[in-house]
Amino acid sequence: MNIIAIFKGLATTFGYMFRRKATIDYPFVKRAHAPRFHGLHELRRYDDGMERCIGCELCQIACPANAITVVGGENTPEDRHSPGERYAFRYEIDELRCIFCGMCEEACPTDAITLTPRFEMSNYTRSSLIYDKSKLLVPAEYGVGEAPHERPGGIPADLGEVARTKSTMNPERGYLATWRGIDILTSKGKTYMPTPAGGELVREPERLKGGE
Amino acid sequence: MIDALPLWLLVAIKSLVLLIIVITLFAYTMLAERKVLAYMQLRVGPNKVGPWGLLQPAADAVKMIFKEDLTPSTADPLIYRLAPFIAVFTALLAYAVIPFSQGEHGPWSIANVNAGILFVFAITSMGVYGISLAGWASGSKYPLLGSVRATAQMISYELAMTMSVIGVILQASTTSLSGIVEAQSRLWFIVPQCLGFLIYIITAVAETNRVPFDLVEAESELVAGFHTEYSGLRFGLFFIAEYINMITVSCLATLLFLGGWNGPGAAGHPLLGLLYFVIKVFAFLFFYIWLRGTLPRLRYDRLMAFGWKVLLPLATLNLLVTAIVVALWY
Ligand code: SF4
Ligand code: SF4
Repeated sequence: MNIIAIFKGLATTFGYMFRRKATIDYPFVKRAHAPRFHGLHELRRYDDGMERCIGCELCQIACPANAITVVGGENTPEDRHSPGERYAFRYEIDELRCIFCGMCEEACPTDAITLTPRFEMSNYTRSSLIYDKSKLLVPAEYGVGEAPHERPGGIPADLGEVARTKSTMNPERGYLATWRGIDILTSKGKTYMPTPAGGELVREPERLKGGE
Repeated sequence: MIDALPLWLLVAIKSLVLLIIVITLFAYTMLAERKVLAYMQLRVGPNKVGPWGLLQPAADAVKMIFKEDLTPSTADPLIYRLAPFIAVFTALLAYAVIPFSQGEHGPWSIANVNAGILFVFAITSMGVYGISLAGWASGSKYPLLGSVRATAQMISYELAMTMSVIGVILQASTTSLSGIVEAQSRLWFIVPQCLGFLIYIITAVAETNRVPFDLVEAESELVAGFHTEYSGLRFGLFFIAEYINMITVSCLATLLFLGGWNGPGAAGHPLLGLLYFVIKVFAFLFFYIWLRGTLPRLRYDRLMAFGWKVLLPLATLNLLVTAIVVALWY
């Protein structure tokens, strides 16, 4: 055994104790991700509030992980969801199967399904990670959703704080991590979970932006 | 007032206090280990439970207690359940005789035995029963391999360890732990017995099955070695035993080689002596963790070869030279 090498090793590890640590104190400090990071999906709308999705099932076919289930339905003049003939009667993505590759986004002829950079989706049950239309579709009050190339820096407005801070972000400014199903608001080091009350607005983007 | 108490009550109180101290020390040694390892690997370690992660041991304890206690269907149920208790019991028993400081009425220990060092070695070598029985009774392959290794490793390193300690006993010409510390009031035995000290710390690491001699657990080869099948509180007991053994060998190293509670101004000030003792023990514990953060695990045959072909002859040589010197000059 090489005794010198052992002492060299001991000196190295001792020295490392006083180096700057690489750890980011995650739930409290968040690291900015790449601008076009692929995370949770959203189904976008047209400016007039119509759903973009026409239920063509191309995303379902393109998906390499078989994560998407689309069941198309016919639009009728009384019950119109999208401008075309058909709309997505059911639209489900199993976020546990999804590999966040973005093939669905590429396949979609109407730019309906897009991937946002939201990544905090952990939950306690598998079934809660099957996101259906109620979680995926941008609620009408929130606007139309943003195409990736339209996002400022590629980040949707509610993640803007992350984008503005270069490497880490101070959560005291507050931002929503996941907001299709459950809203998780990080603010002043605490996490609030407002309960979604039947289609009501549970989040005020203006307050978040202005209340810093 | 203390003298008025019946002996059994006094001993019971002392034991209880010491038990609480040792268990707390175990908990924080574990936390310190996680922290120091993390710092050496550019991480920060546990920092969420309590300030600076200081309540992490409590959280771990709660977790351990509430986990399911599984017994494999192939296991020998009685021995399987008993083994962790043997491990902890033998680990704790050593503290019956370890003195921590010198007061007016004798050393601060539960019992001041005149063959203390022999008692400690007799008891701690029983600890291997806990490990080998655990592995054998689990009725599964990895634990069995782990316990076979444990038996072989602990027996081979025990020899060299005892040899290195006999040198100290010869020089102090007493087997009482407090007597050995008194014999070092002028010169710590680390100086005349430097070879013995080196052998002692190496074998001590092996005896407590710690990196780089943790062949018994060897995650990458044996899953978790002898305690692969254990879960919940019984697993926790093995954990306690391992760390308490680590503290025991650190205490022994302090007593035998680093002058125990001796230090500048310690004579006549038991508390100062206790402080010196604790500082020395902590230095050893840090060294242990430091080693774990630095060295990779040895290969099994190398471990055996090192024990039998290097450490044992060196220890014997050390013993011979000590014996000759003591016989001629003392
Ligand atoms: S991102 Fe990829 S894996 Fe996920 S739903 Fe879209 S196509 Fe399927
Ligand atoms: S999301 Fe796009 S690709 Fe998928 S069904 Fe709707 S329109 Fe077709």
